[in-house]
Amino acid sequence: MTNEQEWPLWEVFIRSKAGLDHKHCGSVHASDAEMAMESARDVYTRRSEGISIWVVPSNAITASKPEDKESLFEPADDKIYRHPTFYDIPKGAGKM
Amino acid sequence: MTELSKQKALVQYAAQIGDNGLIIGHRMSEWCFRAPSIEMEMALMNCALDLIGQARELYTYAATTQGEGKTEDDFAYLRDEQDFRNALLTEVPNGDWGDTIVRLFFMSAYNKLFFTALTSSKDSELAAIGAKSLKEVTYHLRFSSEWLIRLGDGTEESHTRVQNSIDSLWAYTGELFTMTDAENLLLEDGIAVDVTALKADWVTLVAQILEQATLTFPTNDWAQLGGKAKGQHTEHMGYIITDMQYMQRRYPGCEW
Repeated sequence: MTNEQEWPLWEVFIRSKAGLDHKHCGSVHASDAEMAMESARDVYTRRSEGISIWVVPSNAITASKPEDKESLFEPADDKIYRHPTFYDIPKGAGKM
Repeated sequence: MTELSKQKALVQYAAQIGDNGLIIGHRMSEWCFRAPSIEMEMALMNCALDLIGQARELYTYAATTQGEGKTEDDFAYLRDEQDFRNALLTEVPNGDWGDTIVRLFFMSAYNKLFFTALTSSKDSELAAIGAKSLKEVTYHLRFSSEWLIRLGDGTEESHTRVQNSIDSLWAYTGELFTMTDAENLLLEDGIAVDVTALKADWVTLVAQILEQATLTFPTNDWAQLGGKAKGQHTEHMGYIITDMQYMQRRYPGCEW
């Protein structure tokens, strides 16, 4: 099989129970969305892991680049005042 | 000719439905480590486990009804070829991917209608097994239909090959809609399903998917019979039995 003939990749997101978010759990190869849905069911929910599935074409996801890590994320590291724990709660406010 | 008691008929009936599950389940398990992709391997093994699970419940019920202290294992591992009453469709070899999909599709379309009807059985145990199995076979039908549509409406080669699969497996579909003596006897009490009445719906269902798949519905009505009514199997059945029963025959009573 050449790369061009291989089935495209799909990312699989599973919601484990009502009220929770869909979480990324892996990927499958499939010819189209319906087949990706069935493969996701067969590969990722056979031990009752989920009640809802999303499949998304992997190439529809734009991901941040590992080499951009410093410029994207490190500037936030020294801004401790962005966390609520930075602030003292006035006694009068009581328990939050 | 000895009179068939209702109890014996019920044992035969439960076992015969179980035989269909066990034999097609065993066939599908033969794809383990051989499927075209890891995803398809998981899909087929899930189907196989569903079908073998159905057989276990039905054999257990048959053994209980029989009242001779036997278990599901006696039915699976210690009966001879002619005691198995599965439809011939379930035992023919897997062939290529298209053959496997077509067989699963024909059988799942039948199972969907059959288990739907079985949920109305006057026998509450069979009705319960029917309800549980229905959910499983509904997925098998969905999986095999989607594949059939893609093979039929795929490339010229996949279309030609899967049309050949349909034409060659077609002769085994007629047997699904024949009644055994046990079925006729139990039908009087509302226990067995009248499978002759399922054929029209099966034809409609199959025709609908074949049309979507741009495939031709076969016109040949000749049916190969024998497995279900008499335990007269194809030449392939003996090999399945040998493979499946080897451990139990070589080491009687072995457990793990």
